[in-house]
Amino acid sequence: MSLTSVNRRPSVLDVVIDAAQRRVGRKRRPAARQFWDSTIGKKIVMAVTGAALLGFVFAHMVGNLKTFFGANDLNAYAHWLRTIGEPVLHYEWFLWIMRAGLVVAVVLHITATVQLVRRDHRARPVRYAHRRPVKATFAVHTMRWGGATLAVFIVWHILDLTVGQVNQDFVAGDPYHNLVADFRVWWVNVIYLVALAMLGLHIDHGFASAARTLGITSVTRERALKVVGRATAIVTTAGFAVVPIAVMTGLVR
Amino acid sequence: MKLTVRIWRQSGPQADGRLVSYAVDEVSPDMSFLEMLDVLNQDLIADGEEPVAFDHDCREGICGSCGVVINGQAHGPERTTSCQLHMRSFRDGDTIDVEPWRAKGFPVVKDLVVDRSALDRIVQAGGYITAPTGSAPDAHATPVPKPDADLAFDNATCIGCGACVAACPNGSAMLFTAAKVTHLSVLPQGQPERARRVLDMVETMDDEGFGGCTNTGECVASCPKGIPFASIATLNREFRKAARSR
Repeated sequence: MSLTSVNRRPSVLDVVIDAAQRRVGRKRRPAARQFWDSTIGKKIVMAVTGAALLGFVFAHMVGNLKTFFGANDLNAYAHWLRTIGEPVLHYEWFLWIMRAGLVVAVVLHITATVQLVRRDHRARPVRYAHRRPVKATFAVHTMRWGGATLAVFIVWHILDLTVGQVNQDFVAGDPYHNLVADFRVWWVNVIYLVALAMLGLHIDHGFASAARTLGITSVTRERALKVVGRATAIVTTAGFAVVPIAVMTGLVR
Repeated sequence: MKLTVRIWRQSGPQADGRLVSYAVDEVSPDMSFLEMLDVLNQDLIADGEEPVAFDHDCREGICGSCGVVINGQAHGPERTTSCQLHMRSFRDGDTIDVEPWRAKGFPVVKDLVVDRSALDRIVQAGGYITAPTGSAPDAHATPVPKPDADLAFDNATCIGCGACVAACPNGSAMLFTAAKVTHLSVLPQGQPERARRVLDMVETMDDEGFGGCTNTGECVASCPKGIPFASIATLNREFRKAARSR
């Protein structure tokens, strides 16, 4: 296509030999290894783990709405989470199995991202002098540092409402009391609401992106998937945000 | 029109380059962008200076040879090739920045010329189709549904200019590879090597040092041929299926 490539045009034999060598070379690497080594394979891992995490986050959001039914309902729900699978599973086993799964998903999601980001930076060694006029949506530009923000938030969130280390007035086994104590502090609300905004943006781009990565998107489905992704982002963010807002406004006390 | 163009000058692949400012005075709004560069080069030659090297061939938007980043946009402000971009897209007195495609897979040869043979190697990795293509077959010999034919043709319009790579914040060649893979995967002639082709092409795409896709859509916005964004989904689907069947 370019001048130099014409000069270096390979013969038919070159192409056949090259293809044969490639075929032999591939046999030596296990399929899973080759999948992980490819950019698309890593993206598929990101999409699948992202979908799993979204599933968790959505269920978490729905569960949180129990807050509006009062302390007894929320605490009973929290207790029920620990008894799922009984008597096959022992107390809290389901929770720990799920936590292990979530940790695996988060680690894979972040590992794939970090490796791809490093690759992306290497792919453009010299930057443009003239800044590129941006056509992508705002959400696209929050994916990397917004994702990092979420990772930090998750650690803080666990220390706050699961372990209770950073909570203002933590009482083990009384999540209703803990969250009310938490959201009465203005700066705790700021942390949560900022994290929720990041989550919403992450889902907005992540949903459509994952659908494309998994090959679900087509010309006819493109628009619908974008709308579903955005709706999921808005519902998830709003569903989480109503709890701290309700405590702030005194609706939940 | 009187313009100031700041052009990336680089004497060779290993040399350091820099943006050099030139005044171009006699520019007609009806000139193409490349004709404006021709005028500049005439002036440079008359002054005994080295003319600006840039790739071009057909100058009618079908060969994919030309392509420079104009004010940060691949092929400039209009959705066409640099040769089909007219100077009426700019205003008198404008300063225009002209840079080569920037990507690890596209090393600069000289000034605005980059080596895009990485794209050729991706196509080579796809290999040949085994369907005999000697003489033109009867049009109805192999029935192809109209939607499939349209989709194949939409993707076959890719001219391999590399604007997608240049526009992508990650320097990814996904849209190019997607167009090539989609083009053949929907046609009956492309079926026997369908799985092998996508795996080989993606492997070569990665080996050439292109980045990954983050679905920003910048490639689609800059593609002069309007390759659909959904083709990237098709490439991903083809890859996933082929990787599973391996």
